[in-house]
Amino acid sequence: MAKKSIGPVRREFKPWDNPDHAPFIEFRNVTKKFGDFVAVNDLSLKIYEREFFALLGGSGCGKTTLMRMLAGFETPTSGQVFLDGQDLAGIPPFRRPSNMMFQSYALFPHMSVEKNIAFGLKQDKLPVSEIETRVAEMLRLTKLEQFAKRKPHQLSGGQRQRVALARSLAKRPKVLLLDEPLGALDRKLREETQFELMNLQEELEMTFLIVTHDQEEAMTVADRIAVMDKGQLVQVATPAEIYETPNSKFVADFIGDVNMIEAKVAEKSGMGTRLVSVVDGFVIDSEQETDAGVGDTVWYAIRPEKVRISQGRGEDGAANQINGLVWDIAYLGDVSIIHSKVGESDDDIVRATFANVSRMVEKPIMWEDEVVMSFDRDAGVILTR
Amino acid sequence: MTRGPTWFNITSLVLGFSFLYLPIVLLVIYSFNESRLVTVWGGFSTKWYASLLQNEQLLDAAWVTLRVAFVSASVATVFGTMAALVLVRSGRFFGRSLFSGMIFAPLVMPEVILGLSLLLLFVAMDQARGFWTVMLAHTTFAMCYVAVVVQSRLVGFDKSMEEAAEDLGCPPVKTFFLITLPIILPGVIAGWMLAFTLSLDDLVIASFTTGPGATTLPMKIYSQVRLGVTPEINAVCTILVVLVTIGVIAASIVTKRQQVQRERDERAAFGNEAS
Repeated sequence: MAKKSIGPVRREFKPWDNPDHAPFIEFRNVTKKFGDFVAVNDLSLKIYEREFFALLGGSGCGKTTLMRMLAGFETPTSGQVFLDGQDLAGIPPFRRPSNMMFQSYALFPHMSVEKNIAFGLKQDKLPVSEIETRVAEMLRLTKLEQFAKRKPHQLSGGQRQRVALARSLAKRPKVLLLDEPLGALDRKLREETQFELMNLQEELEMTFLIVTHDQEEAMTVADRIAVMDKGQLVQVATPAEIYETPNSKFVADFIGDVNMIEAKVAEKSGMGTRLVSVVDGFVIDSEQETDAGVGDTVWYAIRPEKVRISQGRGEDGAANQINGLVWDIAYLGDVSIIHSKVGESDDDIVRATFANVSRMVEKPIMWEDEVVMSFDRDAGVILTR
Repeated sequence: MTRGPTWFNITSLVLGFSFLYLPIVLLVIYSFNESRLVTVWGGFSTKWYASLLQNEQLLDAAWVTLRVAFVSASVATVFGTMAALVLVRSGRFFGRSLFSGMIFAPLVMPEVILGLSLLLLFVAMDQARGFWTVMLAHTTFAMCYVAVVVQSRLVGFDKSMEEAAEDLGCPPVKTFFLITLPIILPGVIAGWMLAFTLSLDDLVIASFTTGPGATTLPMKIYSQVRLGVTPEINAVCTILVVLVTIGVIAASIVTKRQQVQRERDERAAFGNEAS
């Protein structure tokens, strides 16, 4: 099958920006308590049809509970969950139009691969010929044709993962729920599978909801990501927005690597904000305007790859320049991450990424070198919470 | 560390096994005794086995025992499995520890007390004693053993398999029969076999709760031995020993085979992935 380009579709796909677009899945003021523990706290969220949506957060943040409420395995303590306009309250899991792929795969060990895939279809009492066609289609889709007669314990981890996927897709659910689907795979297989998932989602024109703690996975597969912490949404946005304009220290820290500089607002103007670092007193000019008043303490978050590092005098014309002393170098092959000390304390470190574009460098940056780190007015984000 | 057996190990082994099996070996040998006197060897013969087939009292008792064991093991398996499910699955509910304690109490309760209390119950209920009372009594105590065995199997059961079945549109009761039961079946069968064996060789509870016309084999053997051991009894016991041995060996061979097959399958699977 020729793979069609999904670029144009993806580029135009922004239903969340349109207030008139009806959500496909909606959590409305949902709270879930286990005894005294509040797993999900008054959470509202809209997910749109054909979206690939990721719930991202650390363990215990409530992401899995949220998904399980959609599948029907947990009942909200208060609030409502809607799917395709229907209130799901009181509908048991076996009557819900969603299917789930479990973290443990939960394959039925006493059934062969094809029986596993056919299980859901049999529950719908579909005619035998229809079941056979669908199972064959799923086997082809997940490249499992030659393993059809095998039992789950005769398969490797990657194959089991594909059986679990095929089984949950076989009924063509309105929404597919994926609970840490790739957690048990090794890195290389995981990356391949992420792209396979995206292609499948595009091909089947279905809504996917994935729960993961792996930020790279969420960034790769999802149209939008909801970052969760302590049962609440911290930020819901596209991967690029989450990365480039995090709305809080938590999100900036959670996604990717970041330099978090504590600073005081020194000056505010129509052109932006001037900050002074609290610990070392260096000045940061930002084009961002902030709600914080002059003298307030804020955080300046800047990604290491937005910091340019050079030996000696530094760059002319860069808006911000900080002097530092190279303290640690992590050589990763493609890039080096250089930790430079910018103050008296050993903790005053600013990290900069240095792309190793040439194989041999005449005068590489070495330990204890004096360096200048420069970045533009739009390189970082001012965070007030 | 020294490998291989030392004199101490060999001596312990021989002593231990003699202690366990010498009586049984003696019993088997004397069942082939020509002589009528149990303790005097009179040459090899199988005549006591032949005469056994003529002894209708013993055969009747054996038939009663098998029926009691079969019915009580089956009923105990159903109830024991249900109890195990409740204990493992229901999480915390009011009185859970009390319930689990009460399930397991008969395991350590003296049989005499159990038998006596059942007898009192049947008398109070004005229930004629016989086949059904023995069966009920055996069900009562075998149930606890089944619950223990099935529970151990359920603890390692991944509950998300049931959730997956329900998620795919299978209602809970159907899920139990299509998914849960087949997976815990080895535990259930083991529980059934244990209950069957326990019922087969129970003497105390059976003698408390039985009535006319329902004499079990252990009771029969016991009452005959009090009149003097005959080689016929030795023959019966030898047959029982052989049957039990065959059962145990067969069960272990099946388990071993499954394990070997499974390991081979898994190796094959990972070999495929690499190629």
